[in-house]
Amino acid sequence: MDFQVVVLAGGFSKKLVPLVSKEVPKALLPVANRPVLSYVLDLLEQSNLKDLIVVVEGSDAAFRVGGWISAAYLDRLHVDVAPVPEDIGTAGALRAISHHLTARDILVVSGDLVSDVPPGAVAAAHRRHDAVVTATLCSNPVSGPADSGSSGAKDKTKKPGRNIIGLDPSRQFLLHIAAGAELEKDLRVQKSILRAVGEMELRADLMDAHLYAIKRSVLLEVLDQKETFQSIKKDVLPYLVRSQLKSEVLSNGAPQVEENGNDKVNSQSKRITQSQILANASNRSFHELYAFGPDGSASARRTHKCCVYIANNNKYCARLNSIQAFSDINRDVTGEANHLSGYSFSAHNNLIHPSAELGSKTTVGPHCLLGEGSQMGDKCSVKRSVIGRHCRIGSSVKIVNSVVMDHVTIGDGCSVQGSVVCSNVQLQERVTLKDCQVGASYVVTAGSEYRGESLAKKEK
Amino acid sequence: MEPRRPSRAVIDPKVRQVGFITPNAPPQQPVRTQSYPPESNSPPLSESPASNSLSPVMIPPPRHLSDNLTAYRTPAVPVPESSRRRAEPAAVACSYDPSESLFGTSSPAPSPLASSRLVVDGEFSEESWFKKSDSAKFASSFPGGGFDLTTVKNVGVAAAVAAKKPAAVSGNEKSKASGAESKNELPSGSGSKTSKVKMTKSERRSLQESQRAAKGGNKSAGASSSRAAKQPQQKKDAAPAPPSVAASEKKGTDRPPEKERKKDVPAPRMQFDDKSRVEKAKKRAVVNQTEVRNRVELFRHLPQYEHGTQLPDLESKFFRNDPMHRAVYKVGLQYLAGDITGGNARCIAMLQAFSEAIRDYTTPAEKTLTRDLTAKIGSYVSFLIECRPLSISMGNAIRFLKNRIAKLPLTLSESEAKTSLCLDIDRFINEKIILADRVIVRHASTKIRDGDVLLTYGSSCVVEMLLSHALELGKKFHVVIVDSRPKLEGQSLLRRLVANGLNCTYTHLNAVSYIMHEVTRVFLGASSILSNGTVYSRVGTAAVAMVANAFSVPVLICCEAYKFHERVQLDSICFNELGDPQAVAKVSGRGDVNYLGSLGNKDNLQLLNLMYDATPSEYISMIVTDYGMIPPTSVPVIVREYCRDQLWI
Repeated sequence: MDFQVVVLAGGFSKKLVPLVSKEVPKALLPVANRPVLSYVLDLLEQSNLKDLIVVVEGSDAAFRVGGWISAAYLDRLHVDVAPVPEDIGTAGALRAISHHLTARDILVVSGDLVSDVPPGAVAAAHRRHDAVVTATLCSNPVSGPADSGSSGAKDKTKKPGRNIIGLDPSRQFLLHIAAGAELEKDLRVQKSILRAVGEMELRADLMDAHLYAIKRSVLLEVLDQKETFQSIKKDVLPYLVRSQLKSEVLSNGAPQVEENGNDKVNSQSKRITQSQILANASNRSFHELYAFGPDGSASARRTHKCCVYIANNNKYCARLNSIQAFSDINRDVTGEANHLSGYSFSAHNNLIHPSAELGSKTTVGPHCLLGEGSQMGDKCSVKRSVIGRHCRIGSSVKIVNSVVMDHVTIGDGCSVQGSVVCSNVQLQERVTLKDCQVGASYVVTAGSEYRGESLAKKEK
Repeated sequence: MEPRRPSRAVIDPKVRQVGFITPNAPPQQPVRTQSYPPESNSPPLSESPASNSLSPVMIPPPRHLSDNLTAYRTPAVPVPESSRRRAEPAAVACSYDPSESLFGTSSPAPSPLASSRLVVDGEFSEESWFKKSDSAKFASSFPGGGFDLTTVKNVGVAAAVAAKKPAAVSGNEKSKASGAESKNELPSGSGSKTSKVKMTKSERRSLQESQRAAKGGNKSAGASSSRAAKQPQQKKDAAPAPPSVAASEKKGTDRPPEKERKKDVPAPRMQFDDKSRVEKAKKRAVVNQTEVRNRVELFRHLPQYEHGTQLPDLESKFFRNDPMHRAVYKVGLQYLAGDITGGNARCIAMLQAFSEAIRDYTTPAEKTLTRDLTAKIGSYVSFLIECRPLSISMGNAIRFLKNRIAKLPLTLSESEAKTSLCLDIDRFINEKIILADRVIVRHASTKIRDGDVLLTYGSSCVVEMLLSHALELGKKFHVVIVDSRPKLEGQSLLRRLVANGLNCTYTHLNAVSYIMHEVTRVFLGASSILSNGTVYSRVGTAAVAMVANAFSVPVLICCEAYKFHERVQLDSICFNELGDPQAVAKVSGRGDVNYLGSLGNKDNLQLLNLMYDATPSEYISMIVTDYGMIPPTSVPVIVREYCRDQLWI
C-alpha cells in the first residue's frame, strides 16, 4: 500500500528516571513482562506491516534495542534499527533518517504506544482524504486510583499529555492543535480557518496517540525548510494545521490537479471540467470550497488537509510517557485490556507462570501476573500487580498495585504499594514502600519506610 | 397487428394528444401529405442536414467526435444500411407491452379509444404516421419555436423507422404487407408461448423454419422483418427451452456459437435472497459486511448491509489487502464512505484509479499481460462492487476497458501496451464523458428560451453544466430545484447555481405538483437509459417526470450515451440499490434527531431506502445525448450502433 513505517523508540527518557537506566532504555521497559516496544511491533505485525524502521536515540540504546528485536522477531519482521544522536527530538530523528524514506506516505509511530487502534484505519483515513497528515486521537486515559498519593513529579508529567484540539463538525479534519506550553497562553484560533469551516469543536478530552500518517514529500519539505523544528507533535503538526488554508507545501493544490489529468492530450479546460465534475459530485470539504473560492472558480488558493482519526472508545490506547502512565498501563494490560498482553489469562483473571512457586496460604488476586521462575514464600498476598521473572519473595509480603521487575529480591514482611521496583533491586526485611520508584540494582535497607519517593543509585 | 402498433405508438407518444381523436383515421391522411409528400420521404434523411442548422439524429462516424463538434452535420446520416434493417426488430422488441402506448403523454386518453384508433391507424404506411404526429406534436409543444424541431424529431425517429422506409417506399401496399406479416408474427409468437409446453424444441424450430420460408416470398419487404420475426422467436426459443433447470436460463442463451453473443449476455446478478450463494460470496469478499436483518420483502434479492460497520472494518484491513492497488482502494473507500457520488464522478474516479493501477502494473513472470491484467481489473472491480454496487455506466466503462485489454495486439511491449491502455482510458473519459457533456449542453441549451422556468431534480452534473452554459449565453430563465430526503443532493447544486447568479427556487419533492404549474421544461439527469427507453435514475425522478407529464410539461433527459444499456427493465425492483435504511429515519448532520426513536429496532418495522427508480419511456419527451436529441424509442439504435461490443471509441 505504499506506506513506510517509522517507529520512534526514543532513548533514555528523562521523564522515566529512575525506571530507565543504561541497561534498560525506554523501549525495553517491561509492560506485563514484555518490553513496551513489543506492543507496537505486534500491532504493526498484525496489520501486515513487516518492514519497519526503528529509530532509537543513542547508539548504546540502539544496540540494546536492536539486539532484543533481532532475538524476538527473527524471521517475523524485517526491522532496521537506526541510531540517531540523543536529544534531537522526533522531528530531528526523522530528519536524520530521511534518506531512508522512499514510500509515498510515512506512518510514524511512537515506540511507547500501547494500543489496539488499527494502523490501517489511520492509513485508510489518510488515503481517503488524500491528506497531508493524519493524526490519531483517542480519549484521555483515566488515571489510576493510585492518584491519591500524587507527588509533585506526577503533576509535572501529566501536563504534556493534555492538549486542546479543534475539529470540524464532521470530526474528520484537524483545525487547531495546542499542546504543552502553549496551553498556558490564550487560545489563538485562526480566523481564516474558522471562517472557512464555520464551526469548530474544541476538545480537551482527546489525547494524541502519536500515530501519524504523513505524506513523505510534505514531511521532507517541512523538515528541510524549517530547521528549527524539533518535535513532530509540537512543531510540525501545528505548523501543518496552521497553514492548511495557505499551503506552502508544494505537493498539493495545483500539482494534485496535475495528477488527476496528467495526460498532455487533455486540454486545460477539459481537465478543469473533469476535476469539477469530480469535485461537484463529492462531498467537498471546506478545503476545496475554500480553494475554489466563493464564485466556484478554481483560483490558485492552495490548501492541504490535516485529518484526524478518532479511535473508537472501546479501543485501548495509552502512551508510556510517564511513571504514572507506566503503572497505569501495567495495570490495564493485566486488567481490562488484557487482550493486548498476548497471554491467556486464567479463570481468576490472573496468570501464574507454571514454573512459579507459591508458598502455602499465598494468594494471588485477579489482574496479576507472575513471571516464570519466581518464588513466593508463605502467607503472601498479591493484588493487581505484575511480578517479573525469577523474583524471590519472602513470606508475609504484601504487594498491591505495583510493578516488580525481574530478579528482584524481597525480604520477609515487606509491603509494597503503588510502587515500581526495577530489576535486581533488593528489598530487605520489613521494608514498606508506598508510591515509590526504586531504580535498578538499588538496595533498600531493612525496616526502612518510604512514601512517594524515587530511589535510585547515584550515577557515577 | 397488435404487437407492432404499440411500438409505433411508443415512438411517438404524443400522437394521441394531437390526433384529433376521431376514431376513424382518414381525415388525418391529408395532414401527412401536406407536410411531406410521400415521394420525398427518403430524401429528408440526406438533405435535412444541409438545410437545417442542427442535424437531427447526429450520428457521426465515431472518430469525428473529438475532432470537431460541427463535424456532426455532414455525417449525420450514415446509419449503415445493414443497421437500418436491423433497426426494425429492436424497435419491435423493445415494446412488448401494449399498455405502454396507451398512456398518452399529456392526455390521459381513455385507453380503449386510443388503442382502437391505433388499430385503424395501422392501415397507413408508417412513415406518414410519423410525419403528421411529429409536425403536429411540435406545433403544439413548442409553439413558434425558433428552432425547428420537426425535422430533428422526424429524422431522429427516422433512424428507428429507417428500416421501414426502404421497404415502404412504394407505398401503402407494401406496408400493408408488412402489417400482414406482423399479423403472422403475432400468432406465431403467442402460439409459441401457449404451446411451448407440448412442443419440443425441434418441432418449434421446424415451425419457425416454415414460417420463415413463407415469409421469404415477399423478399423486398421481408428482408428486414424476417429478422424481426427471427430474433424474438430465438429468444423465446432459448428461454423456456430447457425445462430442466430454471437457473440455466442464462446458459441457454449462451449457447449460440458466436463468442460476442456470449459476452453480451449479462452475468446473472447475485440474488441476495439465495442463501448458499450469499455464503459463498462472503467467503471471497474483502469487505466484511453484515447483512441487514430486517429487509423489505420485495427487495430481499438486493444486497443490503449494516451501514457503518463496513468502513471501519475495511479500514482496519488496509494493509492486509496487498493485491489491491492503492488508488483503487482509495476509490473504494470513497464509494463506501459516500465521498464520491454521481454517475459521472464515480466513473471518472474509477477509470482514473484503473489507469493509475495499470501504470504501476508489471506483468508477473510467465504470465501474459492480457490475461493477467484482465484478472487484476476483475479483482479490482469485484472489490469496488463490494464497496458499492456498480452503476450501469461504470459497467459499460469496465467492459470497454476489458475489451481494450483483450484486443491489445500481442506484438506490443508491456510499456507500450500500458501507455496505450492509459490513453484509451483518458480518451474514454474525454470523449464519452467530458466532450459528451459539452455536446449535450450545446444541444439542450437550444431548448432553453428566455422566460423559461426550468425544473430539475436532485443534482445532475450535466444539467448543472447546461444551466450554467445557458446563463453564459445570456438567456433569462428561472430554475426550480426539486430535492428530496435523505440525500438532499439538490442543496449543493442550489448553492452553486445561486453563487453563479441564477434565479432559483428550491423545494422538496412533495411540492412538485404545486410548482409544476409554472414550469415550462423539465431537465433531468439519468443514471442509465435502458433500451426500452426506460430511464433509470435517482429515486424520485419518475415522480417528477409523471407529474410533468400530467401537466403537459416536456421532460428532457440529459444523458451521455455511454450510460445507455441494452437491458430492458420494466420496473425498479429487479435491479436497484438499497441505501442505508437508517438514513430515512435520521436527519443528516443532526445525530440527535431520530424520528423513529427506538422504533428502528423493532422486528416488524422495515425501512426502505431505495436509490433508483425507473421512469417509463412514455413520460419522456426527449433524450438529449451526445449523438443528438432522440426520442426514447431510439435508444436501441444508439445502443446497437455505438455501444455494441463496447467499441466506444
